[in-house]
Amino acid sequence: MKPNPLRDPRDRRIPRLAGPCVLVLFGVTGDLASKKLLPAIYDLANRGLLPPGFSLVGFARRDWTDADFAHVTHDAVKSHARTPFREDVWNQLAEGIRFVPGEFGDDAAFDHLAQTVAALDAERGTGGNYAFYLSIPPNAFPLVVQQLKRSGLSQPADWQPAGQPADWRALDQPWRRVVIEKPFGHDLASAQELNSMLDAVFPPHAVFRIDHYLGKETVQNLLAMRFSNTLFEPIWNRGYVDHVQITMAEDIGIGGRAGYYDGIGAARDVIQNHLIQLLALTAMEEPLSFAAESLRAEKEKVLAAVQIPADIAAGTARGQYSAGWQGGIEVRGFLEEEGIPADSATETFAALRLTIDNRRWAGVPFYLRTGKRLPTRMTEIAVMFQRAPHLPFDATDTRELGQNALVIRVQPDEGITLRFGSKVPGSAMEVRDVNMDFAYGESFTESSPEAYERLLLDVLIGDPPLFPRQEEVELSWKILDPIEEFWADHDKPEQYPAGTAGPESAHALVARDGRSWRRL
Amino acid sequence: MLTDLADTTTVDIRAALARAQGQLGGPATGVVLNLIIVTDESGQHDAVRAASQASREHPCRVLGVIARESRTASRLDAEIRSGEGTPGQTALLRLYGPMSEHADSVIMPLLVPDTPVVTWWHGIMPAVPSAQPLGVLAQRRVTDTARAAAPGAALAALSAGYQPGDTDFSWTRATPWRSLLAATVDQERAAITGGQVVAEQHNPTGDLLTAWLGSKLDAPFSREASAGPGITEVTLQTDAGQVVISRPDGRVATLSRPGQPDRHVALHRREIADLLAEELRRLDPDEVYGEALELVAAIPATAG
Repeated sequence: MKPNPLRDPRDRRIPRLAGPCVLVLFGVTGDLASKKLLPAIYDLANRGLLPPGFSLVGFARRDWTDADFAHVTHDAVKSHARTPFREDVWNQLAEGIRFVPGEFGDDAAFDHLAQTVAALDAERGTGGNYAFYLSIPPNAFPLVVQQLKRSGLSQPADWQPAGQPADWRALDQPWRRVVIEKPFGHDLASAQELNSMLDAVFPPHAVFRIDHYLGKETVQNLLAMRFSNTLFEPIWNRGYVDHVQITMAEDIGIGGRAGYYDGIGAARDVIQNHLIQLLALTAMEEPLSFAAESLRAEKEKVLAAVQIPADIAAGTARGQYSAGWQGGIEVRGFLEEEGIPADSATETFAALRLTIDNRRWAGVPFYLRTGKRLPTRMTEIAVMFQRAPHLPFDATDTRELGQNALVIRVQPDEGITLRFGSKVPGSAMEVRDVNMDFAYGESFTESSPEAYERLLLDVLIGDPPLFPRQEEVELSWKILDPIEEFWADHDKPEQYPAGTAGPESAHALVARDGRSWRRL
Repeated sequence: MLTDLADTTTVDIRAALARAQGQLGGPATGVVLNLIIVTDESGQHDAVRAASQASREHPCRVLGVIARESRTASRLDAEIRSGEGTPGQTALLRLYGPMSEHADSVIMPLLVPDTPVVTWWHGIMPAVPSAQPLGVLAQRRVTDTARAAAPGAALAALSAGYQPGDTDFSWTRATPWRSLLAATVDQERAAITGGQVVAEQHNPTGDLLTAWLGSKLDAPFSREASAGPGITEVTLQTDAGQVVISRPDGRVATLSRPGQPDRHVALHRREIADLLAEELRRLDPDEVYGEALELVAAIPATAG
């Protein structure tokens, strides 16, 4: 295909726009749809990033008309959109909103869906390009994917737009894409099963795996920091780094997610995808380029080099929050939460000590931890440096000097903190830790787009580089599966009072190496 | 907080800025930009408000420069605002007498170090921005030919004196059109053989868009006049027929292509704060603008 002469790589004002398409949303009645997806669609439209004729089809078990769904969307946009509400933008969007009521098992409903999108192609020129967003429980994936196949929605039919040269098919095909959200299985076997089920219907490049915790913006920020500077790379290795701590702490409990959470637990919910992805990005070698393939190759290489602790009991910790006070509020323990059996062995806190067997990282532990009902909500990567080999001061001068640290804050206040020693003002020689702070929010004249806006736009444009590929998902299950098996055969998780920084065993895990966790 | 300094010096202004910043907590780090606004009494209010809006989330130091009577003795008055929903700090400087010819000497001590400088002329149209003392200081020089008394002549002057780093709001206004056109051409398989841009007669955005389309598509594009508002229609002539984007009301555009249903898309005209925000996003020279500007003189004259 010949390049578009209006797109000049030097022209940074023109954004990438998706081509004509329909977004079919399964699970429109969920929280995610009303709080994130529908507002993000409006925000994209308002920023002029959706193509003319863009259409949105909702599918759910509700007795709604198109107008009802448009009304629901309108309310979601009004209360949660990031950009101001404009009547013109809304009217254009509303014209393309359709609703198909039905059950996932209902053949007639999917036939109706197929007719609906075909009608949109004719009325609004959406060109036979459909993206299916499955914002539904994972156990419904197989049914919906099968229905898409049965109703012919997963494969572009023979279709030729009028007024185009006869050889247009050689130039461009209508596309079909499917978006699924984590969890991608609950162990290696189920991940492979999910994958083969999707594989049978959609080609690999048409499957978008979304981890909304790990927005593309964050990933790219990390890549830019590591690979566009000369400052960090020389010390990014075992010669200078003492250890790395990767934390995702949540202050909330499981809330209404008991049905999903029980039997899954913190490690499968957060470590398998989110923390292991952060580890891969922190530890990987420089990719040849930022093209999808090179980036994945490096991530897969470093994930394959990850070693789990030889003694799993000593190298891991897990806990369950018990009743306590979190942020000044008295809260229930996990076992008293609604929908959780009193003898549940599901962990709400997990910590691991991993090592990476390569020249860069040999002997440098990576401590991963995540938990619910911890004192605060934060996600960070802390690269902790070795102490200076010699300090030409009196011992008392440097008593308050800790380890140098580079902390990549993922949330909240995305940015970077550099922690180092500085002289305390005054006549005495005294060295103490200080922070040098950088925040994305304060340093640029443009604000970060909402993660979902970027995700949706990437899906519609068809730009997948930073979505994890199946190999990565499988590699991370290979890391976690032996640990989960070990845990299943051993005692229940240790209790920790809500609002504290996790169970004793987590502190013992790092104390054994003579280290301590960063304060939450 | 508002501090009025009459008949003052840059040393005192610096001290007042530092004091104001201290009350907000800490030195002037976190300021991402120095924005110099060259304006007059009638434009200063709108300009400062647009700057506040455009940089709400990102503190910048705004230095408004108003040249007053030049026949009096030199005098400097300053009005310093901070807090109250103003991001960063704003100093509005009024220069009297011969001093007004040396505004750069007043501005230089007031710039935040290690931070880029943008100069924006609002309501005043310099013929050659980079030749202005306050233009030399800046890496980005923003003008607005649409507000000039004679937009066509102003555009021609900009074209003759173009230096990398110059930019004009009439080009910024073209961005939504250009992105819609680029997306349209993404979908176009037939060869484009020419076309036309229809806009208000004195509309520099229409002129720039015509030049840009003609040069990028390497086909003849003509510039026609309409009653507006702004650009009302762009036609691409292709081997398979006409592709037309029309926007008669300045709000909603209709895209028509041969053999396909009409499609509508919101394409609203933007506020000055939005234009400024787009300009502040990138601070490197906009070469594509430079090329379009160079060709603008060669456009076939507007009919009617």
